[in-house]
Amino acid sequence: MRFGVVVFPGSNCDHDCHYVLGTVLGQDVDYVWHGSTNVSSFDCLVLPGGFAYGDYLRTGAVARFSPVMKAIEDFAASGRMVIGICNGFQILLEAGLLPGAMMRNVGLKFICKFVDVRVETTSTPWTSAASKGQVLKVPIAHNEGNYQVAPEVLEEMKRKGQVVLRYCSPEGAVSAEYNPNGAVESIAGICNAEGNVLGMMPHPERASEAELGSDDGLVIWRSLLSHCNV
Amino acid sequence: MARARVYITLKEGILDPQGKTVLRALKSLGYDEVEDLRVGKYMELELSGTDKSKLEERLGEMSEKLLSNPIIENYRMEVDV
Repeated sequence: MRFGVVVFPGSNCDHDCHYVLGTVLGQDVDYVWHGSTNVSSFDCLVLPGGFAYGDYLRTGAVARFSPVMKAIEDFAASGRMVIGICNGFQILLEAGLLPGAMMRNVGLKFICKFVDVRVETTSTPWTSAASKGQVLKVPIAHNEGNYQVAPEVLEEMKRKGQVVLRYCSPEGAVSAEYNPNGAVESIAGICNAEGNVLGMMPHPERASEAELGSDDGLVIWRSLLSHCNV
Repeated sequence: MARARVYITLKEGILDPQGKTVLRALKSLGYDEVEDLRVGKYMELELSGTDKSKLEERLGEMSEKLLSNPIIENYRMEVDV
C-alpha cells in the first residue's frame, strides 16, 4: 500500500509517521510537500501532527488553504483514505472534510501524556481490527483538542456511526474525570459519513512499538491495511 | 486607502476556557463587578479602493473564508473610506 505523509511548514510528526508506515509496517511511503497538487499515486494520505503555519489565527486555518489541500479534497471525495492526526485533524476540520471545530483545552494547558481511548465502532476502515469497546493506550499532545460540534450535527454523526474514539478510564468508562480537554461527549476521534476520512487527536504513530510504551496504535494501521486488502 | 477593523467573537453557547480564566483572574484581583467575560480577536486592515459597499462585501468574504471559523465564531466589521 502506498502512503503519502503530507508535510506543511511546521509539521513535526511527519518523520514519525513515515518511520512507522515504512519501517515498522513495511509499506511504501513518501513525503508530500504542501505545495504539491498531485497526490494521484497514493492510496492513503496522512496529515501529521505539528503546528502547521505556526497555528496562527486558528489551528489549521492557514494550512487548509495550502495548494495540496484542494488535491486532498478531491482525493477524499474519490473515496480514498485520509487520516489526520492531531494538527492534521484540526486541518481537516478547518477544511470542512470533517464536521465541527477545535477549541482550546478547558484547562488552558498543553497536555502531553498517555490517555486511554475507547473504540466506539468497528464498522470503520480504521477500527475494523479492533473489538467494540476495546481500550487503546495512545498519547495525546495538544493545546486545542477540545472538540465541539453543533448538537444537531452530533446527533446525526452518532446515528451514522461517525464517533470513532472517546477518552475513557483504563477500564473503558467514559466520564468527565477522564476527559482531558473538555471535548463534547469525550470525543477523541471522528470520521466522515463515508468512513474514508478519519481525524483523531491521539497519536497512533507514537504508540506503534511496545518499546515506546504502547503499540495499541497499530490497531488503527492494521485495520486500515486489512481494509485495503494488504 | 481604506481602513477596516474586524472583530471576531465566539458564538453564544460556545464555551470559552480562556475567557473563564481571565474572568477568574479579575475576580481574584477584587473586581467583583465583572459578571462575565469572553475573549475575541481584533484585526486592523488597510485596503485599497474607495467603494465602501464593495470593500465590505470583500471583507465579509475574507471573514467567512479565513479570518473567522463560522462554526464557532461571529464577525463584525467597520470600514472607513
